[in-house]
Amino acid sequence: MLTRRIIACLDVRDGRVVKGVQFVDIVDAGDPAELAARHAASGADEIVLLDITATHEGRGTLIDTVRRTAQRLFVPFTVGGGIRTADEAAAVFDAGADKISINSAAIARPELIGEIGSSFGAQAVIVAIDARRATTGDPIAHAEVFVAGGRKPTGRRAVEWAREAESHGAGEILLTSMDADGTRAGFDCELTAAVSEAVQIPVIASGGAGNAQHFTQVFREGRADAALAASIFHFGIHDVRALKEELHRDGIPVRLPC
Amino acid sequence: MIAVVDYKAGNLTSVMKSLRAAGADLGLEFILTDDPAQVARAEKIILPGVGHFAATQFLEQHGLTSEIREKISSGTPFLGICVGLQWLFAGSTEAPACAGLAAFPELCDRFAPGKKVPHVGWNSLAIRPRSRLFAGISDGSFAYFTHSYRAPVIHDTVAITNYEEDFTAAVERGNIMGVQFHPEKSGDTGLRLLRNFLELPRTTEAAC
Repeated sequence: MLTRRIIACLDVRDGRVVKGVQFVDIVDAGDPAELAARHAASGADEIVLLDITATHEGRGTLIDTVRRTAQRLFVPFTVGGGIRTADEAAAVFDAGADKISINSAAIARPELIGEIGSSFGAQAVIVAIDARRATTGDPIAHAEVFVAGGRKPTGRRAVEWAREAESHGAGEILLTSMDADGTRAGFDCELTAAVSEAVQIPVIASGGAGNAQHFTQVFREGRADAALAASIFHFGIHDVRALKEELHRDGIPVRLPC
Repeated sequence: MIAVVDYKAGNLTSVMKSLRAAGADLGLEFILTDDPAQVARAEKIILPGVGHFAATQFLEQHGLTSEIREKISSGTPFLGICVGLQWLFAGSTEAPACAGLAAFPELCDRFAPGKKVPHVGWNSLAIRPRSRLFAGISDGSFAYFTHSYRAPVIHDTVAITNYEEDFTAAVERGNIMGVQFHPEKSGDTGLRLLRNFLELPRTTEAAC
């Protein structure tokens, strides 16, 4: 049976993990390569490295970080953050990424999705959508897409953009609820379900994870195919394996033993 | 020398990295190549690949199909991954004009409608006993898949996976082997499978 995926996310700035999962006995808690390997060993089904380096100069370190991280990883590895062209994507793949995630650049020019997909396969292109519930009209159907790290509204509806991204050849959708992100109060299951039902491709839910129950909810009610979390493991859940054992007890199919 | 055939379908960085890790202490040389002469010298051949079945046209156009066919018939172990497994069949409805190697006469086809396609993620393997590829790998182990087309279950299927329908996760007949999943992305299970392949005797009983 196809299992639901638990994806560990590392936010990286200038080659260092700035938030995310910390292990008490790790030598260097800021090293992406070391943290990624630890997550994989503790049962993460995939690793996402999100580069939040603000400056252009800092971008140069990304390729080196990706290469070092990929070297020790034998589970799928996605890299996102600031990829704007097919050439930039190619460099990230060459360094060892299996998938790339694009956000603002895909909104600006949706053809980019197909361009990267034609060289590396549709399965390698994740379109990330940062969305906020609408305050007027239907909060879910009219939920709006934001870009530039959530700072800039686009006027686009999230559900429609997900469908369009799929038609351009996206392999998966990574949906982050800006309302839920950082709250630890649970994923936005309604928004996730709306997007998941609108497309045929897998949807990864992100934003709001606080406990194992939240994952169960987003898999059941949100119809998510995968769920991503960064900082949840600070707050009571020891590691991915412990989370998966709890999900297994809840009847959610997960990869165990892992 | 182990030849990893590069037919310009996707990113082979992960495959090369995993092979080197799986065979780290075996003293093997891995070459990424699209040159039939290199393939001719290989003691084992690996055909990876993600993407569209039509990409396998490259093999025919560059003289690789006939070289691989010859090597297989002389007993060289062959492992196809993902589209590389599908290519072992007669063809795929994804690209009806492109012929596969036809080591197995069946056709690959798209997953039946009514569920999310592609099939992406970790799914379990029902492993038939006595497979050399799966030596030491427990029945029920998980592997990472990402694909929209699948091969039917046939006599030589050695691992079956279910995605609301059974399909071939792995085939094995003599020296001809293929896996639909990505061993290079399947953690310890995948590394063990690659290791098993790398440890096969140089020439086994030809199965063509």
